[in-house]
Amino acid sequence: MADALAPRAARVTRLRLAFSPSGWLLTAVMAFFVVNVLALVVSVVFSSFASSWFATPVPGGWTTRWYRFAATTFQLFDVLVVTAQVSAAVMAISLVVGAPAAYVLARRTFPGKRALLLLFLLPILVPPITYGIPLATVLYKFDLAGSLRGVILANLVPALPFVIFVLTPFIEQIDENVERAARMCGASTWRVFSRVLAPLCIPGLLAAGLMVLVRVLAMFELTFLTAGPGDQTLVVALYYSVFAAGIRPAQAIDAMAVIYMLTTFVPLLIALRFINPTQMVVRRKREAAA
Amino acid sequence: MSRAAALPRSPAGRRPLAARLAVHGVDRVVLLALPAVAVIGLLFIYPFLYGLGLSFQPRQGGGVLANYLAFFSDGYERSTISKTLRLALPAALLNVAVSVPIAHKLRHPLRGKRLLTTVLILPVTLGTVLVAQGLIRYFGPGGWFNQALVALGLVDAPLSLTNNYIGVFASLIITGFPLALLLILGHASGIDPDTERAAATLGAGPTRRFWTVSFPLMLPGISIAFVLAFVAAFAVFPSAVMVGNPSGSTRVISIAAYQAAFERFDYSMASTIAMIMAAVELVVIGAVLGARSRLYRGATSGGKG
Repeated sequence: MADALAPRAARVTRLRLAFSPSGWLLTAVMAFFVVNVLALVVSVVFSSFASSWFATPVPGGWTTRWYRFAATTFQLFDVLVVTAQVSAAVMAISLVVGAPAAYVLARRTFPGKRALLLLFLLPILVPPITYGIPLATVLYKFDLAGSLRGVILANLVPALPFVIFVLTPFIEQIDENVERAARMCGASTWRVFSRVLAPLCIPGLLAAGLMVLVRVLAMFELTFLTAGPGDQTLVVALYYSVFAAGIRPAQAIDAMAVIYMLTTFVPLLIALRFINPTQMVVRRKREAAA
Repeated sequence: MSRAAALPRSPAGRRPLAARLAVHGVDRVVLLALPAVAVIGLLFIYPFLYGLGLSFQPRQGGGVLANYLAFFSDGYERSTISKTLRLALPAALLNVAVSVPIAHKLRHPLRGKRLLTTVLILPVTLGTVLVAQGLIRYFGPGGWFNQALVALGLVDAPLSLTNNYIGVFASLIITGFPLALLLILGHASGIDPDTERAAATLGAGPTRRFWTVSFPLMLPGISIAFVLAFVAAFAVFPSAVMVGNPSGSTRVISIAAYQAAFERFDYSMASTIAMIMAAVELVVIGAVLGARSRLYRGATSGGKG
């Protein structure tokens, strides 16, 4: 929409931004924020490679031994395997279950559609810790929590609506005539889905899958509430390692944090090649326009 | 999938019903949404209702409302609500208030906007645990932030910024501000710039254009951003434990719920606290969305149709 603006408008805006005092103030606020966030990340990275670091601008010496230390002390390999299993399962299930629902929301209007949208919106609006406690209670009651299955089930709750709301606008912009044409030519429903819609949807499926992956990696609360000792994901292991800090050096925890950051950044950077960052938080609100 | 989208081939006797439903758009394709409905129903709605029921069955007995009475009569437990509000409201208001002018400046395509939004998405992605872990180092007595303050001569001795209210508040800003800004920016980018140009041709200055044209058009996006920023801040958990003072000034309501469930194993009380948490959140969501429905939501995007 706004991308269709003439280049002239963009130039005018930039000039105004550069010369007005309020523009400078806002730039300063943004710069302060960005500099602090980057400094926070960099100080964790520095610390993870520091042999010792006490209140000096840069550490006294450099070493990689904290990574070896973290790998053995925190069972890093096991944690990474669990993290990969949970993310892969949540990604697969939420895409398989979410894509057909997104198709329905994109193509049909029917009574009760608003209620359906609200049902899918609620797990996004209500924070995980709020529904996580009753959810963990139920999962423990059915003996599902404290295991990999429980962690996967709990992580599905925010992932599935997310897939639906990412894919719905994506499917909406695929011309419905393409489907009609395929049917005219005698394609069965399954063929329409597998040979026409699925290939057209691949970028959307990829984007939704990567964003679910990023969210599962960062999802602390639900995994924390449902995981047993043997099925912690990386972010939960990081949380526990902070609490055992008395017996473990701070640099080893920072090494753990750096590994967590890397696992999160890689899918994020790939995801950002396909999608605009604002899309990661703004779910196109079709229901608002309806 | 193949069964769902097939044309209705029901027996002649049933056709009128199917046809009547089809007029309203209900055909077998709609059934494709059922698996998703089942997942959310079983893993979100059912646990919520189960927790609601459990909250009325106190472990110690004493009547249906015993848990709620116990929560509100115990000052230490009751104060978690005000402690949480004292963190969440200022954080959400600050995040949104700072985001509005910045989003307004950035609403048109600008060079470097994509890079900026990419940098902003980082703290959202890293999540509260990593931000809290980073704050322990960066905001700590020997961290870069305090070193910079001392070097600039702003303070004589390092400030204590972690293990208290300030640490948690900072973590809420770091994760909440980018979220609010991206939400408001996403909405503001969809507003037709011609509305402002039209106001300018009618002689309105920049200030007047902002308050009478842009701001009202941005309000629906702002209200959604406020709701999400508030709800996220209200449910603060890991950072309240890690960079806060979890037995004192930042013993937020989620800590109380967690302790009831996993330290005292009183799932009934934990559900009660979770329901109180949900009630406060839903009141705020309802109030803001109710006010939002009264706002102007006409054509904010271009097009001559």
